[in-house]
Amino acid sequence: MEHLLFHPVGFIVALAMMEGTKELSFNPAVLIASLYVFALAAFLGYQVISRVPPLLHTPLMSATNAISGISLIGSIVIAGSHYDEHQMLASILGCAAVTSAMINVTGGFLITDRMLKMFRKKEAPKTNKPEEKK
Amino acid sequence: MSHAQYFLEATYLIASCLFVLGLKGLSHPDTARRGMIMAAAGMAAAVIGTLFHPDIHNYLYIAIGLILGSSIGIPMAMVPMTAMPQRTALSHAFGALAASMVGIAEYVIHGSKLGPVKVGALGLEVMLGSLTVTGSLIAAAKLQELMRGTPIMFKGQQIFNLALFIVMVGSFVAWIVNPAAQMFFYTMVGCAFVFGIMLVIPIGAADMPVVMSLLNSYAGLSSAATGFVLGNNVLIIAGTLDGFSGFILSILMCRAMNRSITNVLFGGFGAAVTQETAVTGSMREVGLDDVAVQLAYANQVVFVPGYGMATAQAQHACRELGNILEERGISVKYAIHPVAGRMPGHMNVLLAEANVPYSSLYEMEQINPEMQSTDVAVVIGANDVVNPDARDNPKSLIAGMPIIEVDKAKSVVVLKRGKGKGFSGLENPLFFKPVTGMLYGDAKTSLTNLVQAVQKV
Repeated sequence: MEHLLFHPVGFIVALAMMEGTKELSFNPAVLIASLYVFALAAFLGYQVISRVPPLLHTPLMSATNAISGISLIGSIVIAGSHYDEHQMLASILGCAAVTSAMINVTGGFLITDRMLKMFRKKEAPKTNKPEEKK
Repeated sequence: MSHAQYFLEATYLIASCLFVLGLKGLSHPDTARRGMIMAAAGMAAAVIGTLFHPDIHNYLYIAIGLILGSSIGIPMAMVPMTAMPQRTALSHAFGALAASMVGIAEYVIHGSKLGPVKVGALGLEVMLGSLTVTGSLIAAAKLQELMRGTPIMFKGQQIFNLALFIVMVGSFVAWIVNPAAQMFFYTMVGCAFVFGIMLVIPIGAADMPVVMSLLNSYAGLSSAATGFVLGNNVLIIAGTLDGFSGFILSILMCRAMNRSITNVLFGGFGAAVTQETAVTGSMREVGLDDVAVQLAYANQVVFVPGYGMATAQAQHACRELGNILEERGISVKYAIHPVAGRMPGHMNVLLAEANVPYSSLYEMEQINPEMQSTDVAVVIGANDVVNPDARDNPKSLIAGMPIIEVDKAKSVVVLKRGKGKGFSGLENPLFFKPVTGMLYGDAKTSLTNLVQAVQKV
């Protein structure tokens, strides 16, 4: 079965087939639900993002970058939880992860907002200029 | 489930919806800001919800991280717009670093208790995260010109990369089969860090738009994999949205250069010497006053900005010139090539900063049909995106890349620092055409002088 791991599609199948013996295994129903969420988010993302005009590609990149700082929530749980062993290492890794995710979130949203503030339409008195007629 | 957990899941659901609505807002400049506020609110909701997570006992490290992160993140949002590409690259590095550290921490804590699917997701998360960290740092260093922007190649590079990749994937699989073997895990992490560097050093600075989008995609997918490890849907959704946005952008960028992703990643563009058409003739230098007269009596002027405008910080001077021409009743348009600059949409942001209304910014497909009726096309620090060789010479390195066809305008003025070649090292026949006049000097100074000269006409 292990040879399936080298196959791009077989990868998930092989993992799922090996599943079920360990303490922290996925409940099959939860795993399937998560795969649905992933697939639907991918389609939705494709639809929504293809509609973003090239004009806004830089803000799009910094916005999605800020959103991917969502790993912040995983980091927070690790930084704040109590573990029986490796407590110190986990807390330090968690704290560093919270820091870098937070850099992404605050920095990303602030600069996106700063950029979007600059995009403006033509001011009203200029609307009757010749180029508007074309 | 306890009350706290219901609350938590509710905030995650709200956050997921707000992220999607926020990105939907980006489909138009008018709704974009509102969209971003929604996405930020979603993030705030998810973070506040998480603070009530039943497993959390100690808030000290969380507080340190949040405060430290904000105090670095806020100044990073205040950089000048010209530094946008390197800031974004740096930001990708931080996002990926967070994801990969969450993964490493999960492995340190749970070790071999993790089931195979979680091990697989964790491996992907850490691998993608780690290679994005070093890759983005190299990209940022290239963009900040801390290291040279030209491709770095050495003998046996492809073989070295292939070997590295095989070792990385091999240890990943070996580790899945035997999750207790820490050695495989740390070998994989180490290889991923080196692989990130190897992935970006052979790529020239002009190809950065593709690399940035790709790294954006990896950082997102790494977050999505974190979602699978933690069994958390909001992470999966947000990560996937980011992953796909980066993926779509990289495809668009490649299409705008008529190259495949593999060609960008492994081509070592500009390092190889290829066939060029022998360009005959000479470049015609024009004087400031001649250009001023041409501009002042034109009906339509199109500005074509490139990365040179960003380095010369000439966007404000460009807008000033545009204003004066508009006051004379001349139609002024700005033509933006999709890969002009160093990241997707780079030129749009710079011109918006200089108060150019977005209704004056035109995409390549919109402006090309109008080129024939354009009196003067002013090329500001752009080179390859207006190189007619891409269209006319099938043997050119950039053959087939769509260009802004300035050579069809009645007259072309090229603002250029010196007589040297462009970034890709390609000769540009546009400069030798009879229709083209070269105005040498710093773009910002030239434009400022043109403003004064036009006022005197």
